[in-house]
Amino acid sequence: MQKMKLVMVGNGMAGMRTIEELLKIAPGLYDITVFGAELHPNYNRILLSPVLAGEQTTQDIVLNSMDWYAEHGIHLHLGKKVGRIDRKQRVVEAEDGTRAEYDRLLLATGSTPFMLPVPGADLPGVIAFRDIGDVEAMINASSQYKRAVVIGGGLLGLEAANGLKLRGMEVSVVHLGSWLMERQLDEPAARLLQKSLEDKGLKFLLQKQTAELVKGESGRVCAVNFKDGDSVPADLVVMAVGIRPNTALAESAGIHCERGIVVNDTLQTYDPRIYAVGECVSHRGVAYGLVAPLFEQAKVAANHLAEYGIGRYEGSVTSTKLKVTGIDLFSAGDFIGGEGTESLVFSDPSCGDYKKVVIKDNKLVGACLYGDTINGAWYFDLLREGTDIAQFRKTILFGQHHLGDSGHGPADHVAALPDKAEICGCNGVCKGDIVKAIVDKKLFTLDEVRAHTKASSSCGSCTGLVEAVLAQTVGGDYSAAPSKKPLCKCTEHSHDEIIAAIKEQKLKSMRAVFDALEWKTPDGCANCRPALNYYLLARWPGEYQDDKHSRFINERAHGNIQKDGSFSVVPRMWGGLTNPKELRAIADVAEKYQVPEVKVTGGQRIDLFGVKKEDLPAMWQDLSAAGFVSGHAYGKALRTVKTCVGSQWCRFGTQDSTGLGVKLEQLTWGSWMPHKFKLAVSGCPRNCAEATIKDFGVVCVDSGYELHVGGNGGIKVRVTDLLCKVETEAQVMAYCGAFTQLYREEAHYLERTAPWVERVGLNYIKGRIVDDAAGRAALFERFKYGQQFAQVDPWKERAEGADAAEFQTIRITA
Amino acid sequence: MSDWIAIAKFEDLPRLGARVVQFDTVRVAVFRTSSDEVFAVKDACPHRGGPLSQGIVHGKLVTCPLHNWRIDLTSGEAVQPDRGCVHTYQTRVEAGQVYLRLAASKSAAESCASHA
Ligand SMILES: Cc1cc2nc3c(=O)[nH]c(=O)nc-3n(C[C@H](O)[C@H](O)[C@H](O)COP(=O)(O)OP(=O)(O)OC[C@H]3O[C@@H](n4cnc5c(N)ncnc54)[C@H](O)[C@@H]3O)c2cc1C
Ligand code: HEM
Ligand code: SF4
Ligand code: SF4
Ligand code: FES
Repeated sequence: MQKMKLVMVGNGMAGMRTIEELLKIAPGLYDITVFGAELHPNYNRILLSPVLAGEQTTQDIVLNSMDWYAEHGIHLHLGKKVGRIDRKQRVVEAEDGTRAEYDRLLLATGSTPFMLPVPGADLPGVIAFRDIGDVEAMINASSQYKRAVVIGGGLLGLEAANGLKLRGMEVSVVHLGSWLMERQLDEPAARLLQKSLEDKGLKFLLQKQTAELVKGESGRVCAVNFKDGDSVPADLVVMAVGIRPNTALAESAGIHCERGIVVNDTLQTYDPRIYAVGECVSHRGVAYGLVAPLFEQAKVAANHLAEYGIGRYEGSVTSTKLKVTGIDLFSAGDFIGGEGTESLVFSDPSCGDYKKVVIKDNKLVGACLYGDTINGAWYFDLLREGTDIAQFRKTILFGQHHLGDSGHGPADHVAALPDKAEICGCNGVCKGDIVKAIVDKKLFTLDEVRAHTKASSSCGSCTGLVEAVLAQTVGGDYSAAPSKKPLCKCTEHSHDEIIAAIKEQKLKSMRAVFDALEWKTPDGCANCRPALNYYLLARWPGEYQDDKHSRFINERAHGNIQKDGSFSVVPRMWGGLTNPKELRAIADVAEKYQVPEVKVTGGQRIDLFGVKKEDLPAMWQDLSAAGFVSGHAYGKALRTVKTCVGSQWCRFGTQDSTGLGVKLEQLTWGSWMPHKFKLAVSGCPRNCAEATIKDFGVVCVDSGYELHVGGNGGIKVRVTDLLCKVETEAQVMAYCGAFTQLYREEAHYLERTAPWVERVGLNYIKGRIVDDAAGRAALFERFKYGQQFAQVDPWKERAEGADAAEFQTIRITA
Repeated sequence: MSDWIAIAKFEDLPRLGARVVQFDTVRVAVFRTSSDEVFAVKDACPHRGGPLSQGIVHGKLVTCPLHNWRIDLTSGEAVQPDRGCVHTYQTRVEAGQVYLRLAASKSAAESCASHA
């Protein structure tokens, strides 16, 4: 069968992104032909500004090399402008007569710069800023001439002016409005911007309307005259006063156009065989001029071209940054505000700092930042998500850090870190190392970064930071990576898919999972086996047989492996309570086994360090005889319940925090979790037990108990969110059990509660635990059911001889 | 041959696990894979000496418990992009008995030649 033919007109960013997306999901579906009016393969138009500024070269900005087109079997016609579409015959024809038939046609003709219709606009020396040709013309002019005038004080005009200045020209910027970038900035921010650009040597002529461009003796432009009678000399005039969607071709073919080529939510034009994407398009009345929305369009168009027919493009909210080195500004949404809105403003002109956010009905609707833009990405998220900001309205101007950022959405924070900042504490990897590896080795995925730098390959708590470094280093391209992450390289399936399959297909052994989900390796790897072992154990308590060879050594040997291969032993001390008899037993054990170091841990336990693996069972035997069980300090499991003295002794105590802590620990000990899990109970809001940085924290108050969830200490501290308030200890136990079970059933392996709560949202968790009483009770029941099988002391079992070989060394002497 | 040393019964090696064999001079990790092959390497990771015997075995690889290097048990080489090599020893199973040869036919330098 013959392949269908796809023809694309306009070899630019939006069109080629569509082709790339299409090749990704349906390679080989079409025979593809591309026409481009420019002589270059697809390049990154955005980066023309750094090229003009001399920070990059035209070679650096090529996105798809000529070889790339050849490798993908794309017929490429460069320098050929399509002049005609015959919709009956389904043929396009270029101005030189080259023809191509199509079954589907994709129009991506971009836009054309708007040239002011003033006398002299066609003189030599008057150009726009749109393509490589324009940049080459500017670079040439800068080596021969002195004076440049840029008409238009918007994003493009300022980037052009900055580039020409850096190329040694004297540059004046002419602007009609009363402040710069009025579509992106309010007046105070624009004044700060103007000041810093003036410091760089640019001149500004505001509120000036151009009347004509004057022809000099050489025939080249020599000056710009204004309506008010003023005039400035100019050897080069760059017009950057706006763009117009390039609809000429579509219009000539009778395709309905308004401001741009009109498309529906599937990017189809009025002719169903013809699609359009990019700046040439008008979607729901909006034509976009930034790449982010165009790339979203590309994804949807590709999906429909691939005949999958899923996905709609519903419009985008855009944000703006200016690419002038040393200047940081950010703007998004309705940053001016109007009726029904309120503005919060922070201004520190002497530091060059300005922040404004616009709020309507407790939602962020716009933001405009100058100077310190570190929170731009965060505001943009709040804006797009329509987050209710009532709770942190007071501190919103000071940024996310004031909310106790957990380090799991920290792109902006990372950008500000110096190169020597340590990202991965486990492997001692600094930001600079990661950036270097990404750049030198052209890394693109988290796995690659892990493989090459080891960052985030151990405890994983820095994964969010590493991803942020990656996103920041490879830029917008990174977000193009598929959002579905396979668990590891042994499978195509994501954590959620695997969790669902285990439940729905009743998979009860590791082999069954491997078979049902078509694992690619014979027995998995060190990443997926522990994850699967956990998922199976959590889903089928009492049925699934725990596989010790799929556990990390710490959980296999029930102690923490230390860097010299020895182990540490932490006996459980319920709620942090102990007594002389227990302390004496620990002291005896420490002496008997010559424990080199004894330390009190952060979780109110005693840690015995440097124990030889062979000694473990005997030591556990002694501890067991004294009434101790394993403290699970080594496991992805319930670790500790930390308590303060509470009403028993403390003069501030409102409830018996210690007693409650002991009960909670008796309820939860022994349970395996996606990651480590810590509890605390404080007897009053002074919170001496630090309950608000725990996975589940209780703060006692006079009238009952506040329950807090999703906190952690660690590399990036996250303060808990308040789940709810309850009145009795029995309720605390039930909510605690239900929350724990929800986390056990739904979080990803190695995902702590903090990133989990952020991923699924506090409202979701409230919905399941607080609002749904029957659901809560069912979760709690499932938790208690599982605990029957989990609350077996692994130390005692081993002291009594289980798994003896694990702890024995074979000795052979010559 | 006299240089083959009997070290353990085959059934005493856990499938997908390892046993540690301590000789006078060296500590050796002896692995059994899911396909019942037996491999032996020095129990010291080429990275920072981690006890490979305590790692997770998968395919013919073991993942070091300390920093997750993966070591190919057939050659002793670290899997790319990590670089390093650990000494391997020949093993053989006969009548349910596992034997190991300490004096490897190849020298350590040779078996890790690609990293010279
Ligand atoms: C200097 C500069 C800086 C920018 N900076 C940013 C920025 O920082 N952030 C941002 O988001 N956006 C920025 N933009 C905007 C961004 O580059 C555009 O939004 C994007 O390139 C538009 O993509 P497109 O595919 O729709 O059009 P284009 O990339 O313009 O591609 C259209 C192509 O089609 C060709 N073509 C047109 N008609 C025909 C025809 N009839 N036959 C054959 N070929 C034809 C054109 O020659 C052109 O090559 C910047 C733009 C410029 C010029
Ligand atoms: C508002 C200010 C605070 C007051 C008035 C306060 C008061 C107290 C009191 C009276 C005790 C009991 C002492 C005793 O008799 O045993 C106590 C214990 C303690 N406080 Fe605070 N505290 C405050 C804040 C904090 C903070 C912020 C922390 C740490 C983050 C903290 C950590 C502790 C610890 C670790 C204990 C011992 C708890 C235990 O193990 O029993 N306190 N505090
Ligand atoms: S105990 Fe924790 S904080 Fe201390 S060195 Fe080890 S990983 Fe770091
Ligand atoms: S949290 Fe309150 S009750 Fe507990 S020790 Fe601190 S002050 Fe006392
Ligand atoms: S010691 Fe083996 S990976 Fe570091």
